[in-house]
Amino acid sequence: MASKNPPEINASSMADIAFLLLVFFLVTTTMDTDLGLMRKLPPPLPPQVEKPPPIKDRNVFVVLANANDQLLVEGELMDVKDLKEAAKEFIENPMNNETLPEKKPVQVDFFGEVMVSKQVISLQNDNGTSYDLYIQVQNELAAAYNELRNELAMDKFGVSYDKLVDDKQKAKVKAIRSIFPQRISEAEPKDVGGN
Amino acid sequence: MKGAHKFSKKGGKGNPTISTASLPDIVFMLLFFFMVTTVMREVDLKVVIVQPEATEVEKLDKKGLVDYIYIGSPSESDKFGTSSRIQLNDQFARVQDVGPFIEAKRAERDEAEVPLLTTSLKVDRETKMGIVTEVKQELRKVQALKLSYSTRERLN
Repeated sequence: MASKNPPEINASSMADIAFLLLVFFLVTTTMDTDLGLMRKLPPPLPPQVEKPPPIKDRNVFVVLANANDQLLVEGELMDVKDLKEAAKEFIENPMNNETLPEKKPVQVDFFGEVMVSKQVISLQNDNGTSYDLYIQVQNELAAAYNELRNELAMDKFGVSYDKLVDDKQKAKVKAIRSIFPQRISEAEPKDVGGN
Repeated sequence: MKGAHKFSKKGGKGNPTISTASLPDIVFMLLFFFMVTTVMREVDLKVVIVQPEATEVEKLDKKGLVDYIYIGSPSESDKFGTSSRIQLNDQFARVQDVGPFIEAKRAERDEAEVPLLTTSLKVDRETKMGIVTEVKQELRKVQALKLSYSTRERLN
């Protein structure tokens, strides 16, 4: 017959075991969330493809980066920190300037007929360009689009574009995106300018 | 003896001992917190990666649907040299290995999830764009078009 009071199991080592497990998980896991610039690559070109119709020069914003990490924007040397403002002015073309992109009327929900510019940003880098500069350029261009979208969203809906995205207001986000579509085209790389 | 006296239960002055019975519970609570909030480290890095900084970053969620490609100079530079190398899983790889790597990752997963797969490029800031572009071309060839350039967030 079993005794009436079974001997108590000593639980004092339980804490040690738990600590051991805890330390194991602390060491083998990471907590950092992954952040990054999301981009979509163009699908590979079919071998026999007809040339796309040429885009007018005034509609293209050319950004070149060379192996010395210098930027040539629309034929002029530029610092990365000025790129955002230049891109914003190009995309928006507020004064309907002759040298900046053309606009065509488009029907957009919430807004009615809007003049949307036919802008395209063309980015070309050298094989020797540093990844850091590449990311800075991508970042500044994305910032230009985001700022324009934010300004528009504030004007129209009274909230920022980021907030619309967070709140999953898909129709409004889509409307704003169709007014300022992000068109960044990356040319095939060139190997010029040394190492 | 004075020291022994300190720990004895029947101490004359009667210092009550603090019960440690709840200590395991507390530690287990911490343990579960860490188990839930963290993820397993993906791989051991063989390359040094200092990520560039950016402001317009987006969070990469659904970690299960992300494949990582690391590019940087080897951390054991006396053994592997200093030129930038690609790391897939736990080993160095060549550019032409990127396509098969993505295909293999796809085969592991459910077919319905394949269009949602994202490739995260973790690239050192000093890397030259040549190797990055080659990897991007490989990704295009295998139709892995969703891409995330991994960066740190710059705080203004």
